[in-house]
Amino acid sequence: MSDLPIPVKPKSRFRLALESDLFYTFRRSPVAMVSAAVVVVLVLSAIFAPLIAPTNPFNPASLNLMNGFTPPMTPNAFTGDSFLMGTDDQGRDVFSTILYGMRISLFVGVAAVFFAMVLGITLGLISGYVGGWTETIIMRTADVQLTFPSILVAMLIFGIAKGVTPVEYRDQMAIWVLILAIGLSDWVQFARVVRGATLVEKNKEYVQAARLIGRTPGAIMLRHILPNVLSPVLVIATISLALAIIAEATLSFLGVGAPPTQPSLGTLIRIGQGFLFSGEWWILLFPAITLLALALSVNLLGDWLRDALNPRLR
Amino acid sequence: MADPVLSIRDLSVEIPTRHGIVRPVDGVSYDIQAGEILGIVGESGAGKSMAGNAVIGLLNPPAHISKGEIWLNGQRIDHLKGDAMRRLRGKEIGMVFQDPLTSLNPLLRIGDQLTETMLTHLPISRAEAEKRAVAALEEVGIPGAAERVNSYPHEFSGGMRQRVVIALALCAEPSLVIADEPTTALDVSVQAQIIALLRRLCRDRGTAVMLITHDMGVIAEATDRVAVMYAGRLAELGPVRDVLTHPQHPYTHGLMASTPLASQGKRRLHQIPGAMPRLDAVPDGCAFNPRCPHATDKCRQAPVPRVSNGQAACWYPLVDEKVI
Repeated sequence: MSDLPIPVKPKSRFRLALESDLFYTFRRSPVAMVSAAVVVVLVLSAIFAPLIAPTNPFNPASLNLMNGFTPPMTPNAFTGDSFLMGTDDQGRDVFSTILYGMRISLFVGVAAVFFAMVLGITLGLISGYVGGWTETIIMRTADVQLTFPSILVAMLIFGIAKGVTPVEYRDQMAIWVLILAIGLSDWVQFARVVRGATLVEKNKEYVQAARLIGRTPGAIMLRHILPNVLSPVLVIATISLALAIIAEATLSFLGVGAPPTQPSLGTLIRIGQGFLFSGEWWILLFPAITLLALALSVNLLGDWLRDALNPRLR
Repeated sequence: MADPVLSIRDLSVEIPTRHGIVRPVDGVSYDIQAGEILGIVGESGAGKSMAGNAVIGLLNPPAHISKGEIWLNGQRIDHLKGDAMRRLRGKEIGMVFQDPLTSLNPLLRIGDQLTETMLTHLPISRAEAEKRAVAALEEVGIPGAAERVNSYPHEFSGGMRQRVVIALALCAEPSLVIADEPTTALDVSVQAQIIALLRRLCRDRGTAVMLITHDMGVIAEATDRVAVMYAGRLAELGPVRDVLTHPQHPYTHGLMASTPLASQGKRRLHQIPGAMPRLDAVPDGCAFNPRCPHATDKCRQAPVPRVSNGQAACWYPLVDEKVI
């Protein structure tokens, strides 16, 4: 057989991405594009909060108690200062606290999902590939954990962790404990999905071939199986991110999450709801709307991704 | 004759089940010489693939080798464990699987799969492995090999993919290739090409081939010797011409007679009455006796003689019985 001249033009990765089916369905879905835009705007404003925020809400020197309870877009009666979303009881600009609060919410959400993902993928791969007693122990643990509501598991872990940390480190550690608690309550679904996909992949002949040529189980799991089970993981990770942000807000709202010195959106809502019935509605409303927009758009994006990656639902 | 590349002696594989122990491979012995192609033929469930899996050490528990020996290049490999087994079988045995759709990792470029295999077993640099990957693809007749190493498996047709699988099986220069139904998933027109390719490459390199198939056409076309398996046992073993044209075992005779041939025009195909016994209910004596037209009481009681080359496992081998 001779070498036929096959015109293969190498395409750049960017070009390939633009021509992919995924990008095509993205362009055809208004919901996906709007929620992606909202997510991008919110994430960017969280990242660049120090540049965008008019004041630094954590710098006591920039606060003026006289500015307390200024309604949105109205000049303060004493100082004449005006705030986009009003101020809280201590004269902190609500808009600035939301920007800073979103940083914490997003950081905790992303880090918790990442932690849950790494843990879940590892345990799922191992139990799917190795099988036997290892699998039984890991998956039964997962089943037991599923019988508890995840917010309860998170509170339990948070409580235990708080109990063992020394008092002076508690506020610093609160964020990390929160990540640990949410991550540990969330690994189960990653493990289940990865295990299921691994069971399918490990019987395919390319895995047999890799076993035959003498790759170690670790190399087979990482190089051959993991990339082939990642697409459902991507979907779960996106939807989990929305859930993790809400879980963080719930914990903070219940007072077991981010401390008032580092308020997340949930903490802001908890603080705000104290003023709801005395007429200062803006302290509650704006953080709540932000949380809603963030969680909803991430969730819608995850929904779209699930449909887009599953050819049968298209 | 030189020492065989692969030598299987009285091999049995057992699977304990709740209905008792079943023996999908029962006392099978054969050799394969360097450069020789041995065809293993039989119905589904006759133990063809099980024997192959036992050789490469990929039996899935609880299946295990219960008896017998496997020798590869003068080294006994059936009792090797873990690392030693992994190194040896990967280096010395290449495998061509049935379904080229699933025997390549869909997310790795084929060049990467080739270099991965070579780097695992050959003492060569990455650059050298990449060069050899291109050469390997050229050798199996992939046009534009230099560009195609960067393609993913889904960019190939089924026949081309099977060529890649053959390149993959041969790239680490094994002394034995096990091809488990390599053409079953392919179009008839492509089958002949793939068989011819496998035959040519193995002849050139002196690689021994165990070709597992249920397709008599493939056997006739490609193999030097053929082993017929029935219910986990060897029914007949011999040079392919003798076995196909003058089968000694009634089962082989039935198998040949039930192969459709275009030259015969319209006629009813011969059928072997009954079905292969379930592996947990293999009859005493000769496993084929309930379906055999020549069976006697001796066949129903005494275990049949074991087969060696050019013989059938039968008390009353057919003499000069032409099939066609």
